[in-house]
This record gives sequence, C-alpha cells and structure tokens, in this order.
Amino acid sequence: MSTTSAVCALVFVIGFVLAGGFSHISWGFLTEPILDMGREGGILPAIVGTLLMVMVAVGIAAPLGIASAIYLSEYTVEGKLTQAIRFGINCLAGVPSIIFGLFGFILFVVMLGFGWSILSGGLSLAAMILPTIIRTAEEALRSVPSSYRDVAASLGGTRWQVVTRSVLPYALPGILTGVILGIGRSIEETAVVIFTAGSAVQMPTSLFDSARTMSVHFYILAREGISNDNAYATAAVLICTILVINITAYSLMHRLMRGRKTA
Amino acid sequence: MDRFISKLLLLAACSSTAILALIALFIFKEGVPIMAKCGLTHFLFGRVWAPLDGQFGIFPFIIGSLCVTFGSLFMGVPLGVSCAVYLAEFAPKKWVNVLKPAIELLAGIPSVVYGFLGVMWLAPIIRDHLGGPGLSILAASCVLAIMILPTIVGVSIDAINAIPKNYKEGSLALGATEWQTTWRVLLPAARSGIVAGVILGMGRAVGETMAVIMISGNATTIPHSILDSVRTLTANIAIEMGYAVGDHREALFATGIVLFFFIMILNTAALKFARRKF
Repeated sequence: MSTTSAVCALVFVIGFVLAGGFSHISWGFLTEPILDMGREGGILPAIVGTLLMVMVAVGIAAPLGIASAIYLSEYTVEGKLTQAIRFGINCLAGVPSIIFGLFGFILFVVMLGFGWSILSGGLSLAAMILPTIIRTAEEALRSVPSSYRDVAASLGGTRWQVVTRSVLPYALPGILTGVILGIGRSIEETAVVIFTAGSAVQMPTSLFDSARTMSVHFYILAREGISNDNAYATAAVLICTILVINITAYSLMHRLMRGRKTA
Repeated sequence: MDRFISKLLLLAACSSTAILALIALFIFKEGVPIMAKCGLTHFLFGRVWAPLDGQFGIFPFIIGSLCVTFGSLFMGVPLGVSCAVYLAEFAPKKWVNVLKPAIELLAGIPSVVYGFLGVMWLAPIIRDHLGGPGLSILAASCVLAIMILPTIVGVSIDAINAIPKNYKEGSLALGATEWQTTWRVLLPAARSGIVAGVILGMGRAVGETMAVIMISGNATTIPHSILDSVRTLTANIAIEMGYAVGDHREALFATGIVLFFFIMILNTAALKFARRKF
C-alpha cells in the first residue's frame, strides 16, 4: 500500500512534468539560443553548458574516484588509515550541495580567480560526485572473485598488472554504473552550479565562460516566473535525460548481475 | 614501479578526506570572524536577521530547518519503513525488480522539479483548503518526505535483508503470523540499520536547498503553525549569496558552519548506528 503510494508519487511527478512540457518541445526549442531571458527561443546554451560542466566534473572525479577505489580494495588492508579514508568519504557523501556551492565559490571563483565559469562549476561538481563514484567502484571491485587475482598473480603478474588486466575488466560495468550515476547527480544539481558557474544565457565559448545548466535555467524560469511554458518544457527535457541515464545505469547493473549468475 | 603506483593510489584515496578538510577550512575561515564579532550566542539565538543593519541572528532559520525536517520525517519514516518491509519481505521478486529502481529514481529527479511541483500544485491546494499562504512548513515537509524516501527505503531494505534467516524461521515455527514476525522480530532486529537510514534521510532533509527555497515561503520570522512560511538555513544561504558582500557574506558562511555542524553530527550518528549489528 505504502509502496504503491511511493510509486504513485513518482508516476505523478514524471507525468505532471511531461504532460505540461511535451507540447512545448520542438526541434527549435532544443537548437535555438536563449532569447529574452528565456521567454523566447530555445535552450541550446543550457544544453551545451550542462554537457561541458558534466564533462569537466566526470573527467576529474572518475579517475580520482576509481583510483581511490582501487587503493581501498586492492592495495591495502583494513586499518586505521582506511578507516580515516572511509570516514572522509562517508562524510563527504553527506555534505549538502549548498556547502559544496559555498566551497566552490570561495576556492575556485574567488581565490583561484577562475570567476563564475564552467571550470569552477565542474570542479565543484567533481568534489560532490566523488563519493558516489568511489563507493560504487569499490563495490564493483570487491565483487570480483578472488580467483581472478590469484590466477593472474600466480602467472607472475605484478599487482598493477593483476589489477589492470584481470580485475578492472571484470569490474568495468559496475564502475561505469557509478560514473553514470555521478553524471546524473551533476545534471540534476542546481545549488552548486548557480554559485560557481553563474547563470549567463550566452553560448559558452571556453571553459572560463559563465554558463547555466538546464537545472539552473529551469530554476530561474520557474522562480522568477519568466515563462511557465518554457519552464515545463525544460523540466521535461531534464526529466527525460535523467530517466535515460538512470535506466542505462540500472540495466547495466542488472545485466552484470544476471551475467554473473549464469557464468 | 609497483611501490610508486601504490603511493599514487593512496594519494588519490586521500583526496576525499582532503576535500572535506578544505571545505571545513574555507567555510570556517570565512565564517568565524563574523561569529566572533556578533558573539556566538547572539548569532545562534538572535531573532532578528537584518543584514543591512548589521543584525545577524539565525535562530528563526534554525527553527525553520528543524520544523521542516521533522515534518518530513513524520511523513517519510512510516511510509519509507513500510515500503522497505514490503519490498524485503512480502513483495514477489518480479515486482521488487520494478519497484526498487522506481523508488531509487525518486532520488534522481532534480530537486528544482520537486520544488516547482510544490509551487504549482501542492501549495494552492493547501492554501485553498487549509488557509495560510500555501508556501509553508506543511508543503515543504510533504515534498521533502518524498525526496528522502529513497534514502530511508534503501538503507532499511539492506538492514532487513541482513537479518539472519533463522530469526524469521524461528518466529514462524513458533506459530507467529507473518505480521507478528515482522512487527516483533524483524523490525527490532533491523532497528539500528533503520535508524541509520532515518538519520541519513534527516541529513538529506536538512541539507536540501532548492526545493525548500521554492516552497517554504522564506519568511524570516519564527513560525507559529505548520501553515506558516519559514526560511531554512540552506535557503538563507542560497537566497542572499547572490548579492551579499562584506559582513553579510561572512554571516552566510557562518550559517554554512552551523549547517556543516548539523550534518557532521548526523553523519557520525548514522555511521555509528550502521556499524552496530542488531
């Protein structure tokens, strides 16, 4: 009964937005610049801004996160040090996004002088999604049967060879799931981006330009009451993107599990 | 070579802790001076927030955050725990494979969309039927309850699944019904895990920003009923950050410190409960 109501809430949220938004989405809406603060035109700069910022965030957080996970699961034994590291990761996962926004603002925008830019936004987002990527990647690495490591090591592989040639390929789908979830988190985020990347409506031309993501664009449209139609349409695009991302991540994980069982 | 790689990976692994330390460092550096200037008690318990007159009392926002958070727990916890019990114990496997990701998807929906929905749909209903401005503690609590659902459900399901099978079998063998088993055996056994989930959900509710800004109305006074409008700590930072300078900006960072403390306490408590077994 309560589960039904939770699922109803989900269906309601998605249905409400899609019903309000789909009639306003057109090819032009996706490919035109933002005109008159969002009253007219499309959302192309917001789409580009989102893509660039996500690329920066994932480009930094993914290698760092995967390296952390490899260290935690392959290169060390549990002890005081790993406990401290894990505590840091868990706490970072709980830090609210607005705090990441403040942090990014003071460090990247003000102190390092990047200004309100895609770079500042991407770096702050990277800090935010790092715990997600580490946790999922570590779980994926731990699910690799130890026989994989033993066999590779018994063939004379160094630890690094064991990890890169034998363990990582097996854990790859799981790791990718984490990265995809990180992408999803970055796309839906508003508070971090609005403080670190600003909300310029122009098409960004470099990483040092200010830009808005779709979430920020939607927030501004909705909050300032600029255009309800365009707000609905932006929300619909946003929700569709999130749906695709989550379903991809989930089916990847699902396939991984099923493949393992039959193997 | 292997040594070198190991060191490199260790460095990467420390990055999260380093980021956490940096966050704390910067927020404290920016926020502590104004706290000292106003006096800590005056800052925490002052009832007047008038940045232009140099009056920085965040008491109304602390109350606001607490009201909204407990309101959401009041609705979200029963719903979340019963979802978890159903999914872990009663639901057919086929359904679980659909329902669980669906609930997880609730976490994926951008918070601004929840806020928008609250403004367009929920707030008018509350205004028309219960009175008040509509944008209120009640509206914010309802929306937050849905937003924290995935956290509570996810952690609780793990906790229930971690209970050894013989607990349940023993209870059933003694002639207890499914319901008695769930209520008297499974829930008490999974208690610490469920509490951890609730605390994590609480952390999410305290930290949520964008949805709350849109639907809580943002009045800077202390609320008298759940139909009153409030402003939370997070909302205070987000609303005024855009134009704040000098002392005002420092006061917002100081608000961030208070928030940071709240979250750290909640996180540590959750970790403690999560580690405890039964």
